[in-house]
Amino acid sequence: MSGNALCRIDDLSVLYAAGDTPALQNVSLTIRQEQRLAIIGESGSGKSTLGKAIAGLLPRNARVSGDISWSRDSGLFHGRPQPGRDIGTIFQDTGATLNPVLTIGEQVAEGAVRHLGLSWRQARDLARDLLERVRLPHPSHLLTAYPHQLSGGQRQRVAIAAAIAASPSILIADEATSALDTVSQAAIATLLDDLVRQENKTLVFITHDIGLASSLADEIAVLRAGLLVEHGPTRRVLSAPSHDYTRALLADYLDLSTPPLISEAAS
Amino acid sequence: MNEALLSVDGLSKTYRTGARTVAALSDISFSLQPGETLGLAGPSGCGKSTLARILMRLIPADEGTIHFKGRDWLALDGGKLRAARRHMQIVFQDTHGAFNPRASVEDAIGEPLRIHRMVKRRERAAEIHRLLERVGLPASYAGRSVFELSGGQRQRIAIARAIALKPSLLILDEAVSALDVSVRRQILELLVEIQRETAVSCIFVSHDLAVIRAVCHRVAIMETGRIVEIGRTGNIVSAPQSSTARTLIDAAPRLTIAT
Repeated sequence: MSGNALCRIDDLSVLYAAGDTPALQNVSLTIRQEQRLAIIGESGSGKSTLGKAIAGLLPRNARVSGDISWSRDSGLFHGRPQPGRDIGTIFQDTGATLNPVLTIGEQVAEGAVRHLGLSWRQARDLARDLLERVRLPHPSHLLTAYPHQLSGGQRQRVAIAAAIAASPSILIADEATSALDTVSQAAIATLLDDLVRQENKTLVFITHDIGLASSLADEIAVLRAGLLVEHGPTRRVLSAPSHDYTRALLADYLDLSTPPLISEAAS
Repeated sequence: MNEALLSVDGLSKTYRTGARTVAALSDISFSLQPGETLGLAGPSGCGKSTLARILMRLIPADEGTIHFKGRDWLALDGGKLRAARRHMQIVFQDTHGAFNPRASVEDAIGEPLRIHRMVKRRERAAEIHRLLERVGLPASYAGRSVFELSGGQRQRIAIARAIALKPSLLILDEAVSALDVSVRRQILELLVEIQRETAVSCIFVSHDLAVIRAVCHRVAIMETGRIVEIGRTGNIVSAPQSSTARTLIDAAPRLTIAT
């Protein structure tokens, strides 16, 4: 099990507009260095808000109370981690993440130019290496391609390459595989897992799919309607869930071992 | 064997953009019995949605024949096709795109009832209420705007609208893929109940073999426009013959209790 506390979230509440129900209410959670934490929840649970709060990407008008404090002695960054440099974020919708009029090479290189101070030429070489790292075919050719020329799974690999360009120590993946078919989904999950393990990154994996989380995370946090209802080691949460809601999520989960809903002899 | 409800023979479709051609479907053949659910499973781009659209007569096929309810389905046109369309209905993944944004629930379900003269005008409201209750929504939802509802509720409305026409075949094109886990299960259970009551046949398009396994009697595994394997779902899941089926099985998410 991995080590020291990297990020302490203490009594965090987030409200987007006065009169609305809070997106998060009094959430407290510790993220340890090099941990793989899954944040599980259904639509409206506040899981993306929590991810954005950790990434420092909440909109300015959000009302935030409570505290997110970062370890001073991790040696990974000074003060707060900077979005893009210390924290890489990957979202579900690559149509919104990737700029349609920039080449793949430009988008992947941009983070390296901005945060690592590389020249564009150096950053382009780095981008080619990163495209290879995320196992895209023909990385040199891809540098001059545009997002629309790629499939959804390939675009998500590009988004991951861009997210890791400045070598962030923390990766936040918000439903990064949800728009993909199961085959691409499994491939992207494996890729994230490899990147995180090989480079000792900390991963926050946000998903509605507790099955996917179970294959990837060492801890699971379950959010429901803005409240953290359960948090613990993956094995414990799956085998002995303490909250009814977690039990319901597990009971409703469909996988290949679930008995079919139809009688197989029918018609 | 009964008379098949649907038989598809040698269906092919090629898309052309400029100089490029893509064989979206090549020589697709299968049949479907009344009350049976067939899954179409395969990765993105395998042609499963193209097949659903050709069946619905939303796009033309290049080659092949479709017999549906004893008729040459691809030969129907004009008024005959419009009238026959009520027998084959579809529910899509995207519940935003599937509705007129200004429509009320009542409008959305009432329109097909009106167009196909399913019930007398004065009975229409009662029929809408019956359909809403059938899909597990309160009759009081009739006056609401479709866009006030959650994604799962909108998908229930889409199902109500489809079954309003008492179709013989219901096509579900990734109809549960965008839904939360618990909602997904409820919608699948609803579809199975409706099939039990009405003996409607279903074609269930999905990339998720776990969903297919839950509701389909048989499954056709597709890859680059071809059916590479077809058979009883349980048999294919337990003893896949094609590499595509094996890939889909390996990729299906599952609850793993890691050590």
